[in-house]
Amino acid sequence: MAAERKTKLSKNLLRMKFMQRGLDSETKKQLEEEEKKIISEEHWYLDLPELKEKESFIIEEQSFLLCEDLLYGRMSFRGFNPEVEKLMLQMNAKNKAEEVEEETVELDVSDEEMARRYETLVGTIGKKFAKKRDRANYEEDENGDIKPIKTRKMFLKPQD
Amino acid sequence: YVPVKGDHVIGIVTAKSGDIFKVDVGGSEPASLSYLAFEGATKRNRPNVQVGDLIYGQFVVANKDMEPEMVCIDSCGRACGMGVIGQDGLLFKVTLGLIRRLLAPDCEILQEVGKLYPLEIVFGMNGRIWVKAKTIQQTLILANILEACEHMTADQRKQIFSRLAES
Repeated sequence: MAAERKTKLSKNLLRMKFMQRGLDSETKKQLEEEEKKIISEEHWYLDLPELKEKESFIIEEQSFLLCEDLLYGRMSFRGFNPEVEKLMLQMNAKNKAEEVEEETVELDVSDEEMARRYETLVGTIGKKFAKKRDRANYEEDENGDIKPIKTRKMFLKPQD
Repeated sequence: YVPVKGDHVIGIVTAKSGDIFKVDVGGSEPASLSYLAFEGATKRNRPNVQVGDLIYGQFVVANKDMEPEMVCIDSCGRACGMGVIGQDGLLFKVTLGLIRRLLAPDCEILQEVGKLYPLEIVFGMNGRIWVKAKTIQQTLILANILEACEHMTADQRKQIFSRLAES
């Protein structure tokens, strides 16, 4: 019962962008090429046979750095210049695609101490911003840490 | 020497005109180096570069149609060892082939040289080497060795190194 004839869409409609999103990139390229071939009389063109662009397997490289895998040019031996020695390790490690071991930052303050400091910090700063009424609610813990009390005085609706 | 993009070279500042330095790299033309191409350089904060200074930098533009341009900064904006090369030391020229041999990953010459005494070397791909050691004598010895390595065989080299190690 359903019409089995496909509705014929016009060429212009097919060329619109929203119709082309579904197409593969290859078909898109082909369509583009075909469009380019439609040469109007205003365009000047060479009457040559069609030439397809071949994939070139040749890459031109002028720098020796990549061809011979050269080392970094700045070097220092026996600790003459410690910064350059650090650089040497970094740059040459990059070349060999090894992971640089030097990224371990030494911790001055351990994680636990940091957490403890943060706890007290939250309390003291919170106290600064609390209203006068609430400041009295801040208790002092045994260790001297200030802990804020979370209970707030809310408005209680009067019961009729 | 033919400037190639991406090559690290040692250049000598020959002139300072306006915002750029003219740097002699041993090619057919002097390369231009903008004063902003240093780490941490701004319009107010100019780098301390004088005429006659040695610069270690890399080429950003280097083709046969244009004047070569170099910079002392990498793509992230860090210096990475480039910039003005410090005081003292000696700059001398060798052949380009020798530089490439010395910078090869498995270079014995450098390993042996490094065992002699504390020193610092900078290799420029344009055939220039800058060396620095604690005394002038050591620096000169180093320069002579590197220049002579061009023509020596491995055995001769080892002889010389052993003689030096003794003295």
